Amino acid sequence: MAKSNKPIVWSLFAAGGTLAALLAPVLVLLFLLAATDHAPGLLSYAQLHAFAAHWLGKLFLLTVIALFLWHAAHRLRVALHDFGLRQDRIVAVIVYLAAAVGTVLSVLYLVRI
Amino acid sequence: MSRRPFVRQVSRTRWYFKHSRYLRYMSREVTCVFIGAFALLLLCAVERLSEGQAAYESFLAAITGPWSILGLSIVLIFAVHNAISWFNVTPKALPVQIGEGFLPGRFIVAAHYAAWILISLAVLFFAGVL
Amino acid sequence: MNERMVQLDVLRYDPQIDDEPHFQRYEVPCKEEWVVLDALNAIKESIDPTLNYRWSCHMAVCGSCGMMINGEPRLSCHAFLRDFEGVIRVEPLANFPIERDLVTVADDFIDKLKRVKPYLIPGETRSIDEGEYIQTPAQLMKYRHFSMCINCMLCYAACPQYALQPLFLGPAAITLAHRYNLDSRDGGRDERQQVIATNEGVWECSFVGACSEVCPKAVDPAGALQQVKVASTLDWFREHLLPGDTK
Repeated sequence: MAKSNKPIVWSLFAAGGTLAALLAPVLVLLFLLAATDHAPGLLSYAQLHAFAAHWLGKLFLLTVIALFLWHAAHRLRVALHDFGLRQDRIVAVIVYLAAAVGTVLSVLYLVRI
Repeated sequence: MSRRPFVRQVSRTRWYFKHSRYLRYMSREVTCVFIGAFALLLLCAVERLSEGQAAYESFLAAITGPWSILGLSIVLIFAVHNAISWFNVTPKALPVQIGEGFLPGRFIVAAHYAAWILISLAVLFFAGVL
Repeated sequence: MNERMVQLDVLRYDPQIDDEPHFQRYEVPCKEEWVVLDALNAIKESIDPTLNYRWSCHMAVCGSCGMMINGEPRLSCHAFLRDFEGVIRVEPLANFPIERDLVTVADDFIDKLKRVKPYLIPGETRSIDEGEYIQTPAQLMKYRHFSMCINCMLCYAACPQYALQPLFLGPAAITLAHRYNLDSRDGGRDERQQVIATNEGVWECSFVGACSEVCPKAVDPAGALQQVKVASTLDWFREHLLPGDTK
């Protein structure tokens, strides 16, 4: 059996997982604080636009969105397999395609800001 | 002597109910659904941001609803579950040998928790919350 | 020395008589300090000589007596009766075909073990006159805990991916490949990578971690497999991104 190409998606999964572990809780917290009106100005148009207008802000948002999507895609592929859905090839195409589309879209949206 | 080995069937869809360690594993794996959902939320935010102030502010209004807050809270729980389970297993994948011994796993875990706290505080500070 | 009656529900299977396995209950007087293996021996000696099971050392070093005890993969010589309450359920090791009673067909594991070449493959030929391979304690400690595997197959019984995908090489085989890959005297890593860096090798593993939880020798196969994933990933990038690296 030939050597697998899974390393490419696994490294995205691992990078995304580490980033998600370190960043996702606080980012979700930001949204919760904004949604419950606990911090005036938090995630306001002015604040977020200023952040995303800078190339570092764009890079941050792209990295977070893309890596979270690729992490979730690979893990979902494995989880669906664990839940008994055995059509691994089809599932893989769907989830990775979704992650790829999401990545491309975030680039497109970010360059418009 | 005739051999007739018997193969015991394993349920493809219910195997994880057999032991609590498998249920714990599945709970770890499903965190990805919520991480993915949050990523899509961020994507939406970025998309609305690119369309201008009015579009973005209607997005903000949408996430202030009670269902949204419930959803975000659930996402937060799973995001934290992912973080804790991720940090706990990292030492196994990246052992650090020092001389004849290995760095105890708890140091690597502790370093991750420290980074987690620092990064979280930095983000909160940078966002103007702290 | 205290004795008490212990009840065991043992899964029986006679291929010449039974269509499928069935439980048989035994009640046997046991000493307080006994293990499940002692109870099985007492049953075989005085109640039912037709009961079949594997065992040898009775001290958790040979790996022969693996079986499911109350649904958990255990060495029967390492499962103390005093730790159990009520009727003890004894079944053959999970994820392997049942040969007869508590004896499983271990062929699949043996085949996979052979495929990973679990022996030193010297990098350079070395004559006797050149003397022994020198290995420092630090070099030994790098792989030593992975060498403690007694091939008891408890990890295969615990692994859900092996249960669902019989082609999976499995925890012990990949861990032993890793043990030799880490050995400073070895030069066979490339050969082993052809076997373990495949979809049915390490990439079937999803890090459930059950294997390490049930391992009686603290080998930590789950850790070994993650390390193999990291190493294989670095290999992949080296092979695909660096020009001229044609391994």
